[in-house]
Amino acid sequence: MKNTILEIGKTIPRADAYAKVTGKERYAADFHCPGMLWAGVKRAGVAHARIKAVHAEAAGRVPGVLSVLTSKDVKGTNRQGVVRKDQPVLADDRIRFPGDPVALVIADDRDSLAAALERIEMDLEPLPPVFDPEEAMERETVLIHEDHPGGNVLLKGAIEKGEGEAGLKECDYVVEAEFRLPYQEHAYLETEGGWAVFKEGSLEITVSTQTPFRDRAEVAEALGLGLDKVRIIAPFCGGAFGGKDGITVQSLLGLAALHHPDRAVKIVWHREESFLASAKRHPARLHYTLGAGKDGCFHALRAKILYDTGPYDHLGGVVMALGLEHAAGPYRIPHCSLKAWAVYTNNPLSGAFRGFGVPQVNAAMEQIVDMMAEKIGISPLEIRLRNALKRGDKNGVGATLTTSTGITACLETLRDHPMWKNRQEWKEAAGAFRTRGVGIACVMQGMGYGPVVPDTANAKIEITEEGKFRVYCGVVDMGQGNDATCLQIAGDILGQDSLHMELVLPDTSETLPSGSASASRTTYTFGNALIVAAGSMKRRVLEKAADLLMAAGHEEMALVPGLIRHLPSGKEIPLGMLARLLGTAERVVTSRFRAPVSRESVTSDPDLRLHGIPHLIFSYGVHMACVEVDRLTGAVEVKRYLAVTDSGRVINPQILEQQIQGGIAQGLGYALMEEFRADKGRCETPDFSTYIVPTSLDLPDMETIAVELYEQSGPFGLKGAGEIGIDGPVPAVANAVANGCGVRITNLPLKAERVYDLIRKRKMQQPATKTQRHKDG
Amino acid sequence: MKIRFTLNGKETETDAPPDRRVIDLLREDLGLTGAKEGCGSGECGACTILVDGETRLSCLMLSVQLEGRSIQTVEGIAQGDELHPVQQSFVEHGAVQCGYCTSGMVLTSLDLLKRTPCPSRDEIRRAISGNLCRCTGYQKIVDAVERVSRNSGEREES
Repeated sequence: MKNTILEIGKTIPRADAYAKVTGKERYAADFHCPGMLWAGVKRAGVAHARIKAVHAEAAGRVPGVLSVLTSKDVKGTNRQGVVRKDQPVLADDRIRFPGDPVALVIADDRDSLAAALERIEMDLEPLPPVFDPEEAMERETVLIHEDHPGGNVLLKGAIEKGEGEAGLKECDYVVEAEFRLPYQEHAYLETEGGWAVFKEGSLEITVSTQTPFRDRAEVAEALGLGLDKVRIIAPFCGGAFGGKDGITVQSLLGLAALHHPDRAVKIVWHREESFLASAKRHPARLHYTLGAGKDGCFHALRAKILYDTGPYDHLGGVVMALGLEHAAGPYRIPHCSLKAWAVYTNNPLSGAFRGFGVPQVNAAMEQIVDMMAEKIGISPLEIRLRNALKRGDKNGVGATLTTSTGITACLETLRDHPMWKNRQEWKEAAGAFRTRGVGIACVMQGMGYGPVVPDTANAKIEITEEGKFRVYCGVVDMGQGNDATCLQIAGDILGQDSLHMELVLPDTSETLPSGSASASRTTYTFGNALIVAAGSMKRRVLEKAADLLMAAGHEEMALVPGLIRHLPSGKEIPLGMLARLLGTAERVVTSRFRAPVSRESVTSDPDLRLHGIPHLIFSYGVHMACVEVDRLTGAVEVKRYLAVTDSGRVINPQILEQQIQGGIAQGLGYALMEEFRADKGRCETPDFSTYIVPTSLDLPDMETIAVELYEQSGPFGLKGAGEIGIDGPVPAVANAVANGCGVRITNLPLKAERVYDLIRKRKMQQPATKTQRHKDG
Repeated sequence: MKIRFTLNGKETETDAPPDRRVIDLLREDLGLTGAKEGCGSGECGACTILVDGETRLSCLMLSVQLEGRSIQTVEGIAQGDELHPVQQSFVEHGAVQCGYCTSGMVLTSLDLLKRTPCPSRDEIRRAISGNLCRCTGYQKIVDAVERVSRNSGEREES
């Protein structure tokens, strides 16, 4: 491993890359030991039914099977969920979607496990299912959760700003459209999995998760254990993107281990099981009406947004609220009427996924903005520049922007970029039977949990006898590189290089509670805690060293890699020696940070505040997609892509690029090909041959530019960047296709057949000789 | 049955049922967990290994097929503590995020560079198109492979 001085703002190879590139890093599924048991679940396979009986006898007789457990074996509440605890560990009375787990089998090996799972039979009384979210909401003859006061509406929210939709009457121009977005599957390469052991009354679970501390509480409650009896260890995830925000295998592992004390037991979902059982991005139906004046200024917006949350809450209410808050985009609109619903159905489970409700609303808003620009006859860039939010403005939900607001700076950067300036030339260079188009879309993404739920992190640093500073990271690194960033932050403050910094991964027994790896908060919140801890550590070791060397004060001392130097005399103390001279308690510093929140009352609905409205800090950006459409097939190819992002100051430019490029890649999959389908609740895209994610041949090289505004409250001026990249591709590509071909696809994704169909219809409506020229952006 | 093969340069003999999947043999019996199982059906490339220098999917191979072959896994690429130039390039150019596709990507790149020492970006994209990555968008992986070939070219010239 190459040694590097750790400094803020510098591209430093990620510390975690060394163990990953040599295959040494141990993920949750990589632990094996002799005698390890395998566990797995029988899933319902039907969308809606009452369970009359589960027959486990035949399965129990399979050689190698140790036990078959059902909901009767769960000693706790048997319920999981972050907000509404409505999802059983093992289904007890009801089946609500085909992925519901009904029985847990523990066996000596995988073959016995598979054989036993096939022999479990269920007596089920079919219940009428509901698959259409509008029907579920309007005609509540079928109730998914009979105990829910809101019926099938998990949560609804409404925000009225100014005159609300009455403002539309005062507009010179009004455009209206409906949009539909499909389920999107996270498709992390590492499926859900881990292992557990119950020893001396304590349960230890090693699992691929974004939320170890919350998992501990959930497992303890669901299984009836004391909080202090559960330990969650969270290695690096092999991808998560929101899909491991909450319980996957944790309680099942715990239940299996409780029944077989002192035996390690392992669960790894296979790909089909992961696709069937895991949460996905909410499908959404959106009805948008935007009004503007002759001057191109937006005046009023009405948006109705319906999210299909599937059978369980699984953060669906919070997703809905974040979508509602972002529904009006980064624009100044005096009158808004925004309404959103998250509705229970018997469809696949929806939940957290990078962007968290925002990619759906942004797909609608950014397309309707382009439709308005076309109607008024101004360019898509000009209409955005005229309406972009500035600091001090009120955003769509009426919250005053008091923090860094870089949307205009991003738009101006795009305006001056060659990709934008030379777009006409590029479009005209299209080959035979091909049409080129360019499209832009603004993006914004709120950071953190919102005004009520404490967004807190606790950092801990230790100086070790080996002469290193050890950072105890309380937030999971699911691949986004926050662990390396933590070392860079602490290393910069403590004057160290990479050889003298080390990391402890999240573990509820070793590291301190620091919330979830989610909500674009990880580096912002934990980084702020870490800055204070590193500062305290620096002061402490310098003071101790000054005393030891009888220096006049700590101001005479400097931290350099591996040691502390007395500047006037040049005397040095190695860090390891200093650590040995300190008491064990003195070697550790901790620090807590709670993120600031908006104090503004934009809604009187306490539920909406609890679910996160309003946010205080947003990242912003603008994306540009240059597409080429094959007129003979309708296939859309993205040839060039530009993302300009204001996520504050950058600590490590390479890691920012990774986040933005990765977000764009997933967003382009969502725009062009990813469509998780279910028919009557049953998964029709069960694997990678039916659910298509982008390969290296499907994506262009992307250019990413950071507009580094300084966010005062951020660690070294940083804001979150984990999610925002995924908000742009769908509308940018849709706008590009509309720009090139004159057809607007409102039913995503933009698969070739949909594009071809619209191009053909459009051609039939027009005289064959007339060449359609479009007003360029 | 007894199966003899060369594993990362070492003669290896192991006792395994002939129909045991190679990925299970490597990960569970031999403790080499660098190869990952992303799908178990040959669609994602995370379990890629080199068999006689060529990429193979270890989730689709049975142990008996290893008899007499030379196998390389990601664990056998570095020389002690010194990374292979492909690995070093992946680290330096930010080609590693969650890391789950990384071992497959590294081995596929090795295979490519052996056949095509200075591939174009398109050739690199084609070569790694059987390896899914959900984090990077592939760009930095292509950068890393392109740079390692360019660097080795420079070394040969000098």
